[in-house]
Amino acid sequence: MSAAAPPTPELDRWGALVRAARLVSPRRGELILSIALGAGAILAAVGLLAVAGVLISKAALRPEILTLTIFTVGVRALAIARALLRYGERLVSHDLAFRVLADLRVRFFERLIPLVPEGLRGIRSGDVLSRFVGDVDTLQDLYLRALGPPLIALLAIVLLAGAVAIVLPAAAAVLIATMLIAGLLLPALAARAGRRSGLREAPARAQLSSELVELVSGAAELAVYGREQQWAERIEQADAKLAATERPGAWISGLTSGAGVAIGGAAMIAVAAIGVQATASGQLDGVLLAGIVFLTIGAFEAVVGLPDAAQRLTACAQAAARLETVTEAPLPVSDPPSPAPLPLGGALVLEDVCVRFEGREQAALSDVSATLEPGSRIALVGASGAGKTTLASCAVRFLDPSSGRITLGGCDIRELSQDALRSAIRLVSQDAYLFTTTIAQNVRLAAPDADDEQIIAALARAGLGPWIASLPEGIETLVGEEGAEVSGGQRGRIALARGFISPSQIVILDEPTANLDAAGARDLLSAIGSERSDRRAMLVITHTVEGLEEFDEIIVLETGAVVERGTWGELIAAKGALARLSAAA
Amino acid sequence: MPLVGAVVLGIATSLLVVAQAVLLGRVIAGAFPGGKSLDEVSGELWILAAVVGARALCAFGFETSGRLGARRVVGELRASLTAHMLETRPAGLRGQRAGELVTNAVQGLSSLEAYFARYLPQLVLAVVVPIVILIYVFPHDLAAGTILLVTLPIIPLFMILIGLAARTATERRWRTLSLLSAHFLDAVKGLQTLKANDRAQRQVESLRETGEQYRKETMVTLRIAFLSSLVLELAAMMGTALVAAAVAIQLINGGLEFSTALAVLLLAPELYLPVRMVGQQFHASTDGLTAANECFEVLDTPAAVSVPAAPLASPDPRMGPLVLERVTFAYEGRGEAVLDSIDLTLSPGEQLALVGPSGQGKSTVAALILRLLDPQSGRILCNGVDLLEVDPKAWRQHLAWVPQRPTLFSATLAENIRLGRPDADDGALAAACADAGLERLIDSMPQGLETRLGEGQRTLSAGETQRVALARAFLRDAPLVILDEPTAHLDAESSAEIGDSIARLSQSRSVLLVVHRPALAAAADRIITLREGVVVDRQVGR
Repeated sequence: MSAAAPPTPELDRWGALVRAARLVSPRRGELILSIALGAGAILAAVGLLAVAGVLISKAALRPEILTLTIFTVGVRALAIARALLRYGERLVSHDLAFRVLADLRVRFFERLIPLVPEGLRGIRSGDVLSRFVGDVDTLQDLYLRALGPPLIALLAIVLLAGAVAIVLPAAAAVLIATMLIAGLLLPALAARAGRRSGLREAPARAQLSSELVELVSGAAELAVYGREQQWAERIEQADAKLAATERPGAWISGLTSGAGVAIGGAAMIAVAAIGVQATASGQLDGVLLAGIVFLTIGAFEAVVGLPDAAQRLTACAQAAARLETVTEAPLPVSDPPSPAPLPLGGALVLEDVCVRFEGREQAALSDVSATLEPGSRIALVGASGAGKTTLASCAVRFLDPSSGRITLGGCDIRELSQDALRSAIRLVSQDAYLFTTTIAQNVRLAAPDADDEQIIAALARAGLGPWIASLPEGIETLVGEEGAEVSGGQRGRIALARGFISPSQIVILDEPTANLDAAGARDLLSAIGSERSDRRAMLVITHTVEGLEEFDEIIVLETGAVVERGTWGELIAAKGALARLSAAA
Repeated sequence: MPLVGAVVLGIATSLLVVAQAVLLGRVIAGAFPGGKSLDEVSGELWILAAVVGARALCAFGFETSGRLGARRVVGELRASLTAHMLETRPAGLRGQRAGELVTNAVQGLSSLEAYFARYLPQLVLAVVVPIVILIYVFPHDLAAGTILLVTLPIIPLFMILIGLAARTATERRWRTLSLLSAHFLDAVKGLQTLKANDRAQRQVESLRETGEQYRKETMVTLRIAFLSSLVLELAAMMGTALVAAAVAIQLINGGLEFSTALAVLLLAPELYLPVRMVGQQFHASTDGLTAANECFEVLDTPAAVSVPAAPLASPDPRMGPLVLERVTFAYEGRGEAVLDSIDLTLSPGEQLALVGPSGQGKSTVAALILRLLDPQSGRILCNGVDLLEVDPKAWRQHLAWVPQRPTLFSATLAENIRLGRPDADDGALAAACADAGLERLIDSMPQGLETRLGEGQRTLSAGETQRVALARAFLRDAPLVILDEPTAHLDAESSAEIGDSIARLSQSRSVLLVVHRPALAAAADRIITLREGVVVDRQVGR
């Protein structure tokens, strides 16, 4: 299981970004509106300064006060417009952000559905999924915070420079040049300079953080073994290393900030000089001089957000590329073009099922055959790594066998739609997930129409009756984040209740006793073996064997192959693998 | 002191801002209506360039010193936190939330860095710059000065209002976003379960619906919440507009020179700018304060273990029995005592098994003997010496411990085993590995004992980890060994093998074995059952 994905080449990153951008319906109307409002807000603020400059220049000539009314009204109107445009922009952009995020989540979730779980074998872990979610969340910035600011800046620059060019073309050229330097060149240089230290910073940060996590979990052992001092020094060193990698960043951001001030100042001085020259030569009406200089000073607001936007754009590209390593994984199974109707009733039959995983010498399953008749109970027994879970994955088509076949009621399950198959065969997996909701909702997942009584009955059958009765809120109790508020044993039993309540003809229980003590495990297995009120067939995968006395058949797997099969009595009498497992417990 | 630097640089910046405005005013007024040529104002332009250069230097110094200073503060806090964890609360702050608290407090310090590096310096500017500007404006133009003085407080006022509204709206938006994010994470992590239950497609609908529903709800509150920033923006803009009008009237009345009027107008936006920037750092301030509070909450937790001012020499568990006398212990914030006045004796060389269902205080007994916790009442004595009179570090030198879930540190396998005896030679190390049954694992690894463990490196199974912890205990060679559920997470076969190692470890040592599996307890000299914090049953084993 080599987990680390290869580093993505630069080109591919931007390709991934373009594909991700297309994936979300662009909501062009709202996007254009938000950009127009943003640019409008900048123009109003800059216009306010320019008009104010003209206003006092005219006033300096001491005209009739009434002739200035249009300008005094103008500055106030621009002040109000600025505030309203900003308000509008914020509303539109936040609304858009929510919509884009919802779109992204739905789209990526849809792409993840066919891949889970086997398509992600090798890259699958809690980490990958958390990162997946984080990356999708990062992409929400794409339109608003990464692409929006440059577009707003571009629009504002073009309009402002255009206005200046009408009266003083040379000043417009200065304005465009300095704004490009401040908005594009400077951040690019800063990013380039910061990349090196950034590359060293990430591992240093990761190391400090893993040292800290270890410290939190291992502090007691360090204390008992008297190694506090040494570990405090280790942390201090890791922190110093991180600080050293962060130092260039501080210098770079200081230099960028200083350079930004210098460029803005240079533009102001250059435009002032050009303006003075033009005024002296009569090319420029003197009352406009102050206005043009003020406009230049204000115009730099348009490029303030660009460095942040560039950072977010890079982050979005990286996120998009990482997401593709997940979403572009080959599909483990696919639906037939025209699925056969689901056979009602009938046995689940495994015929010489073999599974080989790429890059592994040993087959995970070799030539396993079994028949699960309606109403029967079969136990699949073996140590961890024997291939039991792989077999279960094949039965619900998370995975297809490399050779051999599986039929349900005589029909090859590859001819059925996956959804239909999984409504007929219900797998309760070992690492069943509890959702952050109530116990009832978690059980109801398996049978959406079940009423409270049925849920309580299923929970009782799973051995949780007394516990549920003791809870003040009963089945409406919340299980906490990912089931953190319930114990491992309770979690397993809630998952088990899903199996019991589901209306499926066949239920596969993968390690239902994993978190139970010996007595609990035995009681549960013998209850499953003896309780035969319906026609439902059950396949139980287990490494604990006590309680299997009444099962119709016990199949013992070792490294993917069947080593013995029969009833409890037969196998114990044979003194083979099952007898050894039973004695070891 | 980064803040002193910020104040000095802040004052310098303010003076330069005023100088720049005055100079620019004179350049413009010189050309119009003064009619000067470029050559005639070039002297002022050069001074202006020098002023801009000085401003750039100040900006550089302000940013760099702020960040470096903040980093120093954070480094120092991090060091005190780790020291606190290791020295005074090694057993942790009971419960999972506490673990999170520590991690947040330690890692969350980066938001504190933003607080020191950005928020505080910006706050300094927001105070210094307006004062300096107002000192310049008032003597020249009373009306403009008054307008600035009156409108300026509206900004912090509305910022506070935004801050208050934030509790109901802006933070609600954050909550909504994190809620939606949690909902999505839940769905993604549980996707296999959803698929197995044929519910994946329905989840797509649910994602779409919740997203839409939250959007509608949140937008209603945002429409109102953004109104305060509308007023804030309006105050700053209208302030500038009114100053322009006031200055224009003064000019017409001849009460003001044009160059001064230009300077006053230029300074109006400069006055509001730093105050508005503080608002942009609002999140840095709240996040930083939250992180700081969490950090101090951890630092303020009292020590779990007392260290006597004048410690007695540590008793040797080989020399006399370890006795728990009416020991009572309750975890903070939980009313009921975990251990209620229990008595227990462990003689030198004896193997004592402590059994009972989980959650009955067995591990607490182990922690008390390890001096990771102190009892609320009762005494723990060894060879007649109260352990509270002894330096915990000295006492722990006599102990070895195999915890329920041992920690593997990112280091080589050898370094992990040498935890208990860093100076052990290779021979002793090899013997400890053999005794703990680690040889097969070591042989299977190409780099053997030098294999690096930890994140991104080789990981070990629960059974292998348990053996590493056993090897630590073997190498430690301590007279008193505490084994806490050494086989709890292992399958039958692995636990049988580890049982043999434990038997070897128990030879010629005192052993406290905390266990719920009867098979292991059977080998002990004595078995004591703990139920609901009370000793209910003692029986002699063997």
